Amino acid sequence: MTMTDSTAAEKARPAGPAEEEPLGATRAERLSALAQQHGALVTLVIAVIVASLSFDTFLTGDNLENMALSSAFLAVVALGMTFVIVTGGIDLSVGSLFALGGVLAAWGSQYGTVVALLLPLAVCGLIGLVNGLLIARSRLAPFIVTLAAMLGARGLLLAITDEGSTTYLVDKSTFFATLGQGKLLGIGVPVWITLALFVAGAVVLRRTRFGQYVYAVGGNEDAAALMGAPVARTKIGVYTVSGLCAGLAGALNAAWLVSGVTILGSGMELEAISAVVIGGTLLTGGFGFISGSLVGVLLLKVIQNVINQIGSLDSAYQQVVSGAFLAVVVIAQTWLGRRRRVL
Amino acid sequence: MSDLTLGRAGVDRDRLLRLLQDYGVYAGVAVLLLANIAFTPHFLSTENFRTQAVQVAPVLIVALGMALAIGSEGVDLSVGSVMALATSVISLYLGYGPLIAVVAALVGGALVGVANGALVAFIGVQPIVATLALMVAGRGLALVLLPQLKDVRDPGLRSLGTGDVLGVPYLVLIAAALALLVAFVVRRTTFGRQLLAIGDSRPAAQLAGLPVRRVLILVYVASGVLAAIAGVLATARLTASDPTSLGSLMELSAITAVVVGGTPLTGGRVRIGGTVAGAVLIQLLTATLIKHDLPPSWTQIAQAVVIVLAVYAARERGKR
Repeated sequence: MTMTDSTAAEKARPAGPAEEEPLGATRAERLSALAQQHGALVTLVIAVIVASLSFDTFLTGDNLENMALSSAFLAVVALGMTFVIVTGGIDLSVGSLFALGGVLAAWGSQYGTVVALLLPLAVCGLIGLVNGLLIARSRLAPFIVTLAAMLGARGLLLAITDEGSTTYLVDKSTFFATLGQGKLLGIGVPVWITLALFVAGAVVLRRTRFGQYVYAVGGNEDAAALMGAPVARTKIGVYTVSGLCAGLAGALNAAWLVSGVTILGSGMELEAISAVVIGGTLLTGGFGFISGSLVGVLLLKVIQNVINQIGSLDSAYQQVVSGAFLAVVVIAQTWLGRRRRVL
Repeated sequence: MSDLTLGRAGVDRDRLLRLLQDYGVYAGVAVLLLANIAFTPHFLSTENFRTQAVQVAPVLIVALGMALAIGSEGVDLSVGSVMALATSVISLYLGYGPLIAVVAALVGGALVGVANGALVAFIGVQPIVATLALMVAGRGLALVLLPQLKDVRDPGLRSLGTGDVLGVPYLVLIAAALALLVAFVVRRTTFGRQLLAIGDSRPAAQLAGLPVRRVLILVYVASGVLAAIAGVLATARLTASDPTSLGSLMELSAITAVVVGGTPLTGGRVRIGGTVAGAVLIQLLTATLIKHDLPPSWTQIAQAVVIVLAVYAARERGKR
């Protein structure tokens, strides 16, 4: 039984185009790379311009504040997801962990802010760690492991809330509630926290050894292992980061809503994955940026906002447009990726 | 390195794991059945078996399509949304008669399948992402077509949902017939062999000159149509169209049934008998927990544990 296992993981993933652009890159190649890196940002700018020209209500303080806040929680989840997807994995459990984190934080807030923050981080981080262990050490498929975690965490959430009938409230006078509801320079505290986390995330991914390993594992796992990268430890790390981010986002959301809402987070994994992919990160792994995911989240939220503003359109159209948009982005990505490799 | 280098114990352990993966699901069903007969009051009644069988039918039909997708080394996350789409389409077209409405629903499922298949086969998008897009868009489309719950008071559909032949509900007969059909297609047709070859190794299948794209599109069309059939039957049984909640989390149940049934996620192999047993196992597990007054949350946790155990067993097998 000493054969190396070269089935599932490698087979499922073609070698990603992780390589740096060669020096003699042609103009078409560079254009493709540019489109891949900044396409989302350009689309976002266009969407914002069109939206503000079409609706007087778009560029108002209230509307922008609302969008920023509702983007913040999704953005924190997408931040963790970016790490996972750059390694070529996927995390379907984040929606459940978001809800679980919120409920744990709301329950814990009666014992002070420290408990309200540490409890969700501990539990969701632990579930992320278990995901990582099963994926990295036992070599199970990421999507099936995190699918099980999605079910399990939602079950746990229901079990601690009497099947969802108990709602834990956060005392509005506590410091924890201020984390969600407070403002600094006129901008909500969750938005500041999110921005700080993104800066930290970008530094970790770009400037640390762990970040290098994340790209290496996603680019080519076997090559990374041969070069001495700790493949298993890196994978365990990214799923733990994803669990921590989802739990923290849930906690911040509970502080904002001053209660732990049990029904939140369903479908959030899809939104987070969409945001990351729209932001230019390749689902095949090895290539992506933290800033892109933030742009992806904002783009999704602007689209949702525009659809809400078109009063005659049903909110169901949001889903149709989001799904179609995801398909278009993935098609474009595949096409651009292929072009870069062929040329 | 082959079996020659393995000790006797190694061979035995391997054979044991293989047996566990191939027949563990049947053993699980048997154990749950016996335990329920022994400990659950009123379990051993025709009425109860009817109820369980009727509830398992839609899950099983969706799982059959999922087994084909997984056999081709793909997955279809859009099945729950296709069920919702089917139920909306039925309400929309019921004015033209039940037959037209059902056909329209199946056509809708096939169209989603074509879209999934085209993304996977022609553009080279990973199945999980392609079907994710259709999962989001499909549910939205179902809600655009029919924004809220609507009663379906068609006598034909009603009898399809509640009628029976010699005590066996139509739903169960249809599910059984579809299982036999899919098993036949996988084992005895060229399409089935090509599907397994593609799941085994797509590059190799391509080099061998198999019509990879056509087969993959057909796989997702089959999955879409089967999900639509499940949507039609669920609508007929509930006598209502509920696009908001019909089929939600169905993709999870279907994947669980397939994986627990011994079909490896790595493709190249499809076990229809195991899939049937897998669907029955999940249904029995849920029924057992509910009948013993355990809350629904326990069912979810139990299902999660079963998935991980099944995939873990399959992993040991994959090492060979």
